[in-house]
Amino acid sequence: MSRTLSAPVTVAFDYTRSTGPVLGRFLTGLRDGVLIGGRTSEGRVVVPPSEYDPVTHEPTTDFVEVSPVGTVTSWTWVPEPVKGQPLDRPFAFALVLLDGADAPLLHALDAGSPDAVSTGMRVQVRWAPERVGHITDIACFEPLTDETSVSPSGGGIIEDHPVTGVITPVSLDYIYAASPEESAFYRGLEQGRIVGQRCPTCGKVYVPPRSACPSDGTPTTEEIELSQTGTVTTFCIVNVPFLGQKITPPYVSAYVLLDGADIAFLHLILDCPADEVRMGMRVKAVWKPREEWGTTIENISHFAPTDEPDADYDTYKQHL
Amino acid sequence: MRDVAVVGFAQRQMQDFDGSPTCVELLVPLFKECYEQTGWTRQDVGFWCSGSSDYLAGRSFSFVQAVDAIGVLPPVNESHVEMDLAWAMYEAWLKIQTGEVDTALVYAFGKSSAGQTRRTLALQLDPYTMTPLWPDTVSLAGLQARAGIDAGLWDERAMAEVAHRSLTDAEGNEHSVRKGGSSVEDLLARPMYADPLRKHDCAPVTDGAAAIVLAAGDKAREVREKPAWITGLSHFIDPISMGTRDLTRSPSAQRAGAAVDLSGLDTAELHAPFSHQELLLRRELGLADDVRINPSGGALTSNPMFSGGGIRIGEAAQRIWAGESSKALGHATSGPALQQNLVCVLDADKKEQGN
Repeated sequence: MSRTLSAPVTVAFDYTRSTGPVLGRFLTGLRDGVLIGGRTSEGRVVVPPSEYDPVTHEPTTDFVEVSPVGTVTSWTWVPEPVKGQPLDRPFAFALVLLDGADAPLLHALDAGSPDAVSTGMRVQVRWAPERVGHITDIACFEPLTDETSVSPSGGGIIEDHPVTGVITPVSLDYIYAASPEESAFYRGLEQGRIVGQRCPTCGKVYVPPRSACPSDGTPTTEEIELSQTGTVTTFCIVNVPFLGQKITPPYVSAYVLLDGADIAFLHLILDCPADEVRMGMRVKAVWKPREEWGTTIENISHFAPTDEPDADYDTYKQHL
Repeated sequence: MRDVAVVGFAQRQMQDFDGSPTCVELLVPLFKECYEQTGWTRQDVGFWCSGSSDYLAGRSFSFVQAVDAIGVLPPVNESHVEMDLAWAMYEAWLKIQTGEVDTALVYAFGKSSAGQTRRTLALQLDPYTMTPLWPDTVSLAGLQARAGIDAGLWDERAMAEVAHRSLTDAEGNEHSVRKGGSSVEDLLARPMYADPLRKHDCAPVTDGAAAIVLAAGDKAREVREKPAWITGLSHFIDPISMGTRDLTRSPSAQRAGAAVDLSGLDTAELHAPFSHQELLLRRELGLADDVRINPSGGALTSNPMFSGGGIRIGEAAQRIWAGESSKALGHATSGPALQQNLVCVLDADKKEQGN
């Protein structure tokens, strides 16, 4: 058995950004099959255009169309492409100085093998089949062996319909490991137990256990099995629907202070109307059928009222 | 300016940390080492600052959980940067300069192995024109290495010599995750990986954490017979775009070096995660041939994200404490292809003076 539990997790988010007039102009050009650079105060044509001049700090306003054909000024081979890169087979990342520009553009070069790439080689844009106003409208660059075989460009940008925003999906894959203490907690749940740990310095019992007592910074080592009953310290009634919601609102999400614990943890209160849940209410863990248990807090389906008298405010006021 | 010295340093580095990316478990023993080195308790630490990234951890607010390792009753004066330990140290140094505190403990941590670090780092690039292409760290460094080779500034042999010296020196460093067993000829005979880079030209993916303790004036003298006095600290940043920079240069490193007094250095710990970057940094900082470079083995042999730069400062400080160096440089980099650079000059012979 490995020391800690781990599981794959993917964190994903679609970043939506406004472009502003300068990058918007560049991206509008890509959508319409035209490469647009910006002229700096020193007269250099930079692709993509800088939003502000590097010397005068004035906004860039002088735009120049450059060629979809250019020369490789540096390159590196990508033997093991990662997810999301322009090509899913080995390729080169290259800096390409487009004809008419004075600073190179970074993009992928589909060349098959590193032997087919060299600094100074001529390349041209390979446009994506569908263009939306995004840097990926350039699918990649490809070697240009015959200067007369250049693909035609788009023929000018549609001025009255500029690109003003971009959406970039970002998705990251991790193997997420629990700490040894959290692993003990989840392994306990798999056996129907709720396991916490006591701080050797201040004696407080944490559930789920942490690697160190947040008050003292002392590693917590003494394992404690906790009661399956506890007290609602505070709660909220969830009325708002959200993505991935498993229960129909209204329902109650509450902090439950297990008997013997010094920190409350968050769980659901079900088996009673939401408007009957109150501070001090005594509750007990309701487990799913044993055959459904895993190393997860979801083994506990929810907490339900025990019908004991409510706890005195003084017994939990330290935990609010 | 107040006289501030590095008086404590502790580190952990490993290929694959079998634990939570919040790294509390790594930090507790690091802090313990710092308390042992200084004779302090946590109540003697005036300011705390950490460096880490949620993108690396794969969870939100990982730095908040890490604060558990400090213990916060009574409350502590604490801050965080989404940058390397070296920049967390910069913030702490500034805090001490304000006079508000006399001591600081800074720490940083990262579990690179939880995700695909070279890919995750694409999120630090321009979000419109770069990140959507997912240019990985190794590729961006490869573009820089090629630019220097094409310009005749370095070659594959010079890069292999850096790797060989680093691997050899790492044999004496218990923390290095890659070490020894090479010759320049052997290294050159190995296959290309991300042409023009071979695997040994690239820092290994490393998990780890580190902590540095700072103290001002007499507080520093109480801790160490030979505190490592910070006599110069500077950092600069270059544009993010790969196209508008001359990749064979690092103007930010040059400017940072020019802002401090580098004369009389005998040792330099350079944060060069790719072999050619050491060659580039030596040029930009104007380091003489007799300066001992990366006696620890450097980042090519072990490079935990978020502490790899600060570890260079810690390694330099240890040599001052031990009397092996009288003036040493610690350097840290961040961003693609040496975009951001920080230099920290550590001196054994700060004149005795009050605050």
